[in-house]
Amino acid sequence: MSGWFAPAASSTGVETDHLFWALMAISSAVLALVFGLMALYVVRYRAGSPIDRGALAEKSWIFEIAWTGASLLLFLGLFVWGADLYVRLYQPPGGSLKLNVVGKQWMWKIEHPAGQREINALHIPVDTPVELLMTSEDVIHDFAIPAFRIKHDVLPGRYETIWFQATRTGDFHLFCTQFCGTDHAAMIGWVDVMTQPDYQKWLDAEAPSETLAAAGAALFQRYGCSGCHAGTSTVKAPPLDGLYGSPVPLEDGRTVTADDRYLHDAIIEPSTERVAGFPPVMPSYAGQIREEDLFALIAYLKSPAKEQP
Amino acid sequence: MSEPVNYLTNGWTIRSWLLTHDHKRIALLYLVSITGFFFLGGAAAALIRLNLLTPEGALVSAETYNRLFTMHGIIMVWFFLVPAVPVTLGNFIVPLMIGARDLAFPRLNLLSWYLFMIGGLVALYALFVGGVDTGWTLYTPLSTNYSKGHVVAAVVGIFISGFSSIATGLNFMVTIHRLRAPGMTWFRMPLFLWSLYATSVILVLATPVLAMTLILLSLERLFGIGVFDPALGGDPLLFQHLFWFYSHPAVYIMILPGMGIVTEIVTTFARKKVFGYKFIAWASIAIAVIGFFVWGHHMFVAGQSLYASLVFSILSYLVAVPSAIKVFNWLGTLHKGTIRFDAPMLYALGFIGLFTIGGLTGLFLASLAVDVHVTQTYFVVAHFHYIMVGGMVSAFFGGLHYWWPKITGRIYPEMWGRVAAILIFFGFNLTFFPQFILGYLGMPRRYHSYAPEFQILNILSTAGSTILAAAYLLPLAYLTWSLFWGERASANPWRATGLEWRTASPPPTENFAEIPVVTEEAYEYPPPEVAQHG
Repeated sequence: MSGWFAPAASSTGVETDHLFWALMAISSAVLALVFGLMALYVVRYRAGSPIDRGALAEKSWIFEIAWTGASLLLFLGLFVWGADLYVRLYQPPGGSLKLNVVGKQWMWKIEHPAGQREINALHIPVDTPVELLMTSEDVIHDFAIPAFRIKHDVLPGRYETIWFQATRTGDFHLFCTQFCGTDHAAMIGWVDVMTQPDYQKWLDAEAPSETLAAAGAALFQRYGCSGCHAGTSTVKAPPLDGLYGSPVPLEDGRTVTADDRYLHDAIIEPSTERVAGFPPVMPSYAGQIREEDLFALIAYLKSPAKEQP
Repeated sequence: MSEPVNYLTNGWTIRSWLLTHDHKRIALLYLVSITGFFFLGGAAAALIRLNLLTPEGALVSAETYNRLFTMHGIIMVWFFLVPAVPVTLGNFIVPLMIGARDLAFPRLNLLSWYLFMIGGLVALYALFVGGVDTGWTLYTPLSTNYSKGHVVAAVVGIFISGFSSIATGLNFMVTIHRLRAPGMTWFRMPLFLWSLYATSVILVLATPVLAMTLILLSLERLFGIGVFDPALGGDPLLFQHLFWFYSHPAVYIMILPGMGIVTEIVTTFARKKVFGYKFIAWASIAIAVIGFFVWGHHMFVAGQSLYASLVFSILSYLVAVPSAIKVFNWLGTLHKGTIRFDAPMLYALGFIGLFTIGGLTGLFLASLAVDVHVTQTYFVVAHFHYIMVGGMVSAFFGGLHYWWPKITGRIYPEMWGRVAAILIFFGFNLTFFPQFILGYLGMPRRYHSYAPEFQILNILSTAGSTILAAAYLLPLAYLTWSLFWGERASANPWRATGLEWRTASPPPTENFAEIPVVTEEAYEYPPPEVAQHG
């Protein structure tokens, strides 16, 4: 039984627990009041009871205003508490470890920046903020780690972000919690929270031949991107050096920031947010590049000194 | 026997039933139909619970399991919970309560039953012959581009039955506006009518949005017209917004009539005027109105904007206030009453308890950060079953027992009625309370198999569901028995107020020999004819 109510294993999860148990205390009190009054009245005023009913309560609006007002105040307080914590769930602290997650029927694929890849498993260091950039290859999934009190839908065609900071080492469940088809219940895995030295050992043992950015560089060649976008190209295409994070003026007059979302969409559907001053010659890559490869391509575009393959 | 002709004895042919314009007969057609749907949906639930006895899934394959919970959800939501109270008890009682001879549009009423049956049969075909594995929520792009099931057929069935909902809602609104007996002002109406009026507003305004959404879904699935699937340039969150714009108010379609029934029962069996009449009446309207603006609380982890989530959270807390008002007013009605514990009252007291638990756990889900942890788990499953099954189905059974003498002219066996009510209460809690804990521990919903540490709670839940299943079969048996061998009911067996008790049981086809004139407020206890004897 005690394992059932173990405290959360993440920094924000502990706060979620506080709110949860506060709600539990309030609910229990209200429930005791409602059941208590109901039990009291049905016994006291049962038909067989000779008790004097006296005059019926007058001026019912005083009661009405009292319990309406009390409910409102209580609810507003609960709203603020839950909202404050929720807003912070959306604000990752700086310096977090950034990982990529791709959901597909019916597995989780995880990419580490140094190039380690894993399926249905997530190895992370303890006491370190971890930020996940997530997308789906097909239907909507949901990345949920109950021990961390965190979950978020993973949508096709969109990047969604969550973050958490594990506070205990150990193995914790990873579930898909958005129904995604036949083997939904098999889309599960483990989060392995390790000490810093153990984590370093794991990274070294799993070290791949190339980093994610290097894998992206190879894809940049393979898909023919370099034919137009490389510095020596004769075709007029937007230069990509130092692009990540910079403002991009669009043909339609808007300016967007070249973040992950923009780079992803610019590859998949280049005509939608076309860079000002460039002709619409780039073909769409929709359905041609897997999401995990898109993550690699973007990692390459983000790398400060793009390694020329 | 020189018994006067009543609506049941007025014609014995099948034609006199299938082409009837009598709201009372149509109510019975509906009652038989939704009873069938209820037990079909219940059978699917029983198989789901049996399968969850072991972590690896004891009974069926993953694919079958997914079809079963889709079947359970679609049947129970659209072919039992949404129509149940309005089309059966509402259909029967509304004209009697306001002192009218029928609903405003008797033919439309009959048409709505045919639409309901056609829609229901199409949906059953899709679910049983073809199989649908999307869940009742039909999320895109799973439903439009990935599921292999008969999604379009199921959707067509739901679409058709939607017109039945709209017709019923419209009929009730016009009836309540136009056909009230002389002297029956808005604030003299029994509160069941206020709750049905509020329900009708939602039926008429929300159902068309569902219809449009289902059409868009079908267009995308059949013709690849991109609306929701990002691969076709659509937005999957748009589907969720449209779907919940109907489906959240639909929750209030289900629970508001239940609240109305409980108000009638509590005041009758406390033999005391209802406490806070106007507050209960306006609370129904407030729930209907605010209920249209809380749909986004189903999407706190779906990727909608942060600010949208904040707004939907605070509105969700607001919509809980009128529900709380109702609970406190029921307690106020019990205070200093003269309380009897006949079966309808046991169901009503059970409703108040279970609805309160359902409502309080709703506060957990309205709280943004806590929702992140418990949404999409068994916590949500438990929460909405406390509202829908513990609340609405209890109220439906309470109302069915309460008006059974009026509907059939027979008294049901009281002892069996009480046994069933108590069994349902305990069976229900044993089935669904463990699911709150499962959800807190993180067990996701819609899982055919699960982690071993969740097994003990699942076994408890399944054990409870066997009690619940038996308890639901009991009324089917003894109510059917009472049709033939039950004691004859007088016009007013509960000594209640309300015009429906001033005419014979069962009522004549025209309801009242003379249209009654109303001279007092609702729930003036003791009612006049009883006072003469007492």
